Amino acid sequence: MSASGGGIAAPVRPGPLAPYLGLFRMRLVRGLAYRAAAAAGVATQFFWGFIMISVFQAFARAGYSPLDPREIASYVWLQQAFLVLVVVWFRDAELIRLITTGDAAYELVRPVDLYAQWYARLLGGRLAGAALRSLPILLVAGLFPEPWRFHLPPDLAQAGLAFVALALAAALTVAVSMFAYILALVTLQPYAAFILLAPLAEFCSGLLVPLPFLPDALRRVLEWLPFRAMLDLPARLWSASLPASDSLRPFALGLAWLLVLVPLGRAALAAALRARDVPGG
Amino acid sequence: MIEIRELRKSYRIRERRAGPGAALASLVRPAWREVEALAGVSFSLSPGEIVGYIGPNGAGKSTTIKVMSGILVPDSGVCVIKGRVPWKERKAHVAGIGAVFGQRTQLWWDVPVAESFELLRAIYRIERGTFRKRHDELVEALGAGGLLGSPARSLSLGQRMRCELVASLLHGPDLLFLDEPTIGLDAVSKLAVRDFIARENRERGLTVILTTHDVHDIEALATRVILIGRGSILFDGGFSELLAPHREKGVERALAELYGELGIA
Repeated sequence: MSASGGGIAAPVRPGPLAPYLGLFRMRLVRGLAYRAAAAAGVATQFFWGFIMISVFQAFARAGYSPLDPREIASYVWLQQAFLVLVVVWFRDAELIRLITTGDAAYELVRPVDLYAQWYARLLGGRLAGAALRSLPILLVAGLFPEPWRFHLPPDLAQAGLAFVALALAAALTVAVSMFAYILALVTLQPYAAFILLAPLAEFCSGLLVPLPFLPDALRRVLEWLPFRAMLDLPARLWSASLPASDSLRPFALGLAWLLVLVPLGRAALAAALRARDVPGG
Repeated sequence: MIEIRELRKSYRIRERRAGPGAALASLVRPAWREVEALAGVSFSLSPGEIVGYIGPNGAGKSTTIKVMSGILVPDSGVCVIKGRVPWKERKAHVAGIGAVFGQRTQLWWDVPVAESFELLRAIYRIERGTFRKRHDELVEALGAGGLLGSPARSLSLGQRMRCELVASLLHGPDLLFLDEPTIGLDAVSKLAVRDFIARENRERGLTVILTTHDVHDIEALATRVILIGRGSILFDGGFSELLAPHREKGVERALAELYGELGIA
């Protein structure tokens, strides 16, 4: 009856990461079902992409642009294609429901680390969203006439680095957005929590204005913050406006921020749960 | 199996008064009120017992269950369950207990029940053969076989509760907390849940703490009841003993009279 009868391998207990992989997989698979939302997102993102490219290429034509038209188009399309991987406002509605109803505390009856559990599900949700949106955007944008066309990086190494940067960006975005969920847990006002954090992250990561367009003094500050590696780094690597040889420092900084933000978020979540014990019977 | 002594827990609750003036005032200086949910609760439990934990709304039942299941940290007091302090070794503790909260779901809302069970296998890290065996037994015992393909949100309350019970026991705990498991259930589901709990206790020695407002649950299942009111234990003993003075009025009324006499109604 059971599989262990004439099996090849001895019965194996799932490993210590199995809970988190399971939750990640579940969110990923569930996320792939939201195709209508993705289609709507794709349409919006084409619209935004066109506006942004037009605006910044106007700067380029006037001779004020630190990026050339090709770089602008690739920067913007990459950003739009992987938007849900890197914007704070892409929210997990069910997690927000758990938080506002107080059910989040009940997740503690499972033998898993709550932070890691949330991290896994948020990452899974974002990957699903990006998987649905990115290919159609990039394929179609690759067929546009110049100067709107999306280009591949000049070589494989640059492309590979851009993908590593994108993975780091997703990891950082989840770590940053976690603070919005934690704030929502404390204030019970998820809308306010995201409104505080999302625009800040959007501006500082280069989503509204690519960082090279900002004044030098401001840009130098922003380059030290965690947001830079959430978007500017992968987009600049892909569009090859940042040579691979200059990417070591931003990579190291992004990684360092990740190593700071994750433990900080874990501690904040633990404190928030303690502060918010839900009264009842 | 469970040792609880002098457990205390208060909540700070934000006071809000009516009217725009009061609303403005509370922006500047919020008023807080202390509510003592547990005012020194003590009891102990031996393996294999089914204990009914009863009391009126707001008496402290759920707070006790939350402390015992590692969700809530008390202000003071001792709570040792199977040699562990729940909030100090939460993960190790919860791996060995099961919990069902009647008003919340432990299943993932939008995925088929079978997938929720499979995810629980990963979460509790249960070896596949062991999982299959327990899964099949529990599903069979609760008649949940036909429900596995439906997402939790499309199940009726009674169907969902059967699945919740399966979910709470897949990892083979020997201690189960049931917080109002029969709330809102129809007669058939109620009986199914009761029979199942009684059988798990009889055949496997499952220890159960059951909170409920349904006196018939207690009557059918518990040999011992603990009555809590205003955060204190008021009675600990046999159910018939508790109701003896008012027995002729029927269990429901007898309990209501008792609550009245104790001033906790």
